Amino acid sequence: MELIRVNNLDYMYPINDGEKALKNVSLSIREGKLYAVIGKNGTGKTTLCNVLRGFIPHFHKGSLEGEVVVEGKDIRHWTMSELAKNIGFIFQNPFTQISGVKDTVFGEIAYGLENLGVEVPEIKKRVKQVIQLLNIEELADKNPYELSGGQKQRVAFAAVIVMDPDILVIDEPTSQLDPKGTRDIFDMIKWMKEQGKTIILVEHKLELIAEHADYLFVMNDGRIITEGNVEDVLSNPALIDYEAGLPQYARLGIELNKRSSDFGQIPIHRSQAEAEIKKWLGIHVNQGGSGS
Amino acid sequence: MSFIEIQDVSFTYPNGFVAVKNISASIEKGEKLAIIGQNGAGKTTTVKMLNGLLKPTYGTITIDGQNMKGYTTAQIAKRLGYVFQNPDDQIFQSDVFSEIAYGLKKQGMTDDDIAERVRRAAQQAGIEGYLDENPYNLPYSTRKFVTIACVLAMEVEVVILDEPTAGQDYVGMQQIAKIINHLQEKNITVITITHDMEFVVKNFDRVIVMTNKRIAADKDKREIFWDFDVIEEANIKQPYISELAHLLRVEERILSIDEFVDSLLEMKAKERVTS
Repeated sequence: MELIRVNNLDYMYPINDGEKALKNVSLSIREGKLYAVIGKNGTGKTTLCNVLRGFIPHFHKGSLEGEVVVEGKDIRHWTMSELAKNIGFIFQNPFTQISGVKDTVFGEIAYGLENLGVEVPEIKKRVKQVIQLLNIEELADKNPYELSGGQKQRVAFAAVIVMDPDILVIDEPTSQLDPKGTRDIFDMIKWMKEQGKTIILVEHKLELIAEHADYLFVMNDGRIITEGNVEDVLSNPALIDYEAGLPQYARLGIELNKRSSDFGQIPIHRSQAEAEIKKWLGIHVNQGGSGS
Repeated sequence: MSFIEIQDVSFTYPNGFVAVKNISASIEKGEKLAIIGQNGAGKTTTVKMLNGLLKPTYGTITIDGQNMKGYTTAQIAKRLGYVFQNPDDQIFQSDVFSEIAYGLKKQGMTDDDIAERVRRAAQQAGIEGYLDENPYNLPYSTRKFVTIACVLAMEVEVVILDEPTAGQDYVGMQQIAKIINHLQEKNITVITITHDMEFVVKNFDRVIVMTNKRIAADKDKREIFWDFDVIEEANIKQPYISELAHLLRVEERILSIDEFVDSLLEMKAKERVTS
């Protein structure tokens, strides 16, 4: 089922240098899939997220043209509080997301549910669940402002997951995290996907996108310049020309291919790379065996 | 004696929280050093003691043979620059030029000299087009380059970069690598805190691993990433390529794609001979 449809979207911020932040963007988001958005900084990824969550046009004004339909209704006709129930938004900078009105992490995570008027016992139950799920029990009584960057990022994540939205828009969730924290967040994202959630993820770490995402949009200069299944897009050397980079495994495959024309499919994640290299080394052994 | 000597240093925050316990290390001029380890391991506290933002509770730090206690903050600022993890902790001026010029003005430089230094630093940081902008109108990743330019303009002897690659795209990563190269050519010590192992491998030689407020290991990258006890204890990971090579039982300690391709081609050639 299609959850979000964007057609010929143009957007210009109210304060601008005459250039549109989004230019003729069209896309379709289907239920239960994980979409990744990549591309250089300043090319409209976060702006696109802001449109999908309704911050544009409801909070940031400016000029929005084209069609943005969320669950059958145009974004302009949704109210922000209605949308908040359907779409969760995790900000790029956790320092922005922390509300500043709560003095414990537990309260911070409960804040959104309080605003929706959920019963207190239910709030407590759900907050405890999420705290457990994200493995942040030791943070529950701390002041959100005393946390490290990585800890704040996890709390920001918890505050959205607790709302149980159908669609999650996640803007660079792991930029402040250590490798273990990053793994924890991606385990979380994987779990959300298994729950049937639809996820739109902006992320620079291509190795992680290769492993977890289904479909990829590459943005440059306000436009979607290429899109497709992750396997196809992330094995395409043109991504380096688009200054989006490639996963390490694909770079390795492309380099091997250059120097040894018989290397197989360009891998994009580790298990693929392992299998392809074994096959490449192994095939030769077999051929040698049959020849002797 | 090394340029920087950290001798048995501990730090306890006023609320009683112990952040760093009994660490020692020597750092030479021109060295490129990465400090890695989990969030909360004590990395940022350690570098904040190097730039005088925090003073060791126990132990001593000397720079150029002199105990840091003897330096004023202004004297430290001339020798050692720190780029904060969160640029918003550092930025406070209303345009990029004034932000970069601030530290120079404090040193009593002439306006012409300041303008020249600001221009050069902004160019190195790749933000020469933003000098008139309000830093807060710039994206997070660009604000980070503003704070890097502030430190470059001071022409210090030690540059400390706290999580410089966080939130950076492919182009930003290359810009940071260029800046580090440039500093290296001038024999400036570069110390970084990072979670990005690919960044470590490409730009640094020596690695200090911190875990649980202590230094767990301090050696060359080719040693660190094959010390599986330390990797497990500190909850870090091998770089992607090293991990794959290890998984495929490649004997060499692979750190780059080029090295890996060379050794795979060699493996294949050997099999051709033996079969």
